[in-house]
Amino acid sequence: MNTTAATTTSLPNGPGAAAILAAGIGSFALGLLDVIADKVPSIKSWMNFYNPTGPLSGVTTCAIFIWLAAWAILQLRWRGREVRFASVGAIALVLLALGILLTFPPFADLL
Amino acid sequence: MEITTRSLWTLIHGMGFGALYLMACSGALVELYRRYCSHNPAQPTQRDETFLRVYLAVMAALAWLAVITGSYVVYPWYRAKPPAGTTNLAAFPRSLLLSSPHTSAWHNMGMEWKEYIAWIAPIAMTMAAVVVLQYGRRLKEHPQLRNTVLCFVWASLLAAGVAGFFGAMLNKNAPVEGGDTIHLVQGETK
Repeated sequence: MNTTAATTTSLPNGPGAAAILAAGIGSFALGLLDVIADKVPSIKSWMNFYNPTGPLSGVTTCAIFIWLAAWAILQLRWRGREVRFASVGAIALVLLALGILLTFPPFADLL
Repeated sequence: MEITTRSLWTLIHGMGFGALYLMACSGALVELYRRYCSHNPAQPTQRDETFLRVYLAVMAALAWLAVITGSYVVYPWYRAKPPAGTTNLAAFPRSLLLSSPHTSAWHNMGMEWKEYIAWIAPIAMTMAAVVVLQYGRRLKEHPQLRNTVLCFVWASLLAAGVAGFFGAMLNKNAPVEGGDTIHLVQGETK
């Protein structure tokens, strides 16, 4: 009985919202960095962290770093708090959709 | 029956990690919806919850293994530049595809899309695994949270599907070959 009560204690939506928004930011960062590295030769060459893999190594490493940093910051700010999830969730999904779209070469070529 | 080390790594990356992840995605979507939808009166048991948490954590690990082996083991062989004067491009898949207008789009669109979109899968699935780990059955109290996690899992399925489809087609048109040969079975000649 005590176990059930402990496991069903309400948990604020802040930590979940932080994880979701950070995943949206990370996905968008991936798409945006992909386009920037493709369009700007100096950034493309800077993104070449590991030569056999080329700019893919820098783009993905930076996107992962941005995702984790955003997650850590949001987690610190929203830990133990209720946030307005409707807007946070909508922003996260828009960022996710943009991230997917930006990785699509015919779309990126239009920019 | 023989296989080269590069083919073996391509199999491990695509069939081992990638295909297993794709198959697991449908299970994750069904379980996340079924267990935590608000109108389902049944409470998942502790054992069920532990199973789903492990399942999602393994999926996240598979996604990371797929993108890391793809980007850092197989991709360097794919994009290797042939020495000047090379006429047989079989060992240089990227150059082989770009050498013909009939196959160049497999690289320019297929590989260019696949190599980046695939990384959305581990990001989305790690987030989903962590949220389920944190909330468990309490996700029922947060339907918007649960629905958004489901959208991210759908997106990870799309990302892995695109990567898997183009991976298979690229390997069909310009397979990554080379390295040591591993003899699997000794055949007979007739």
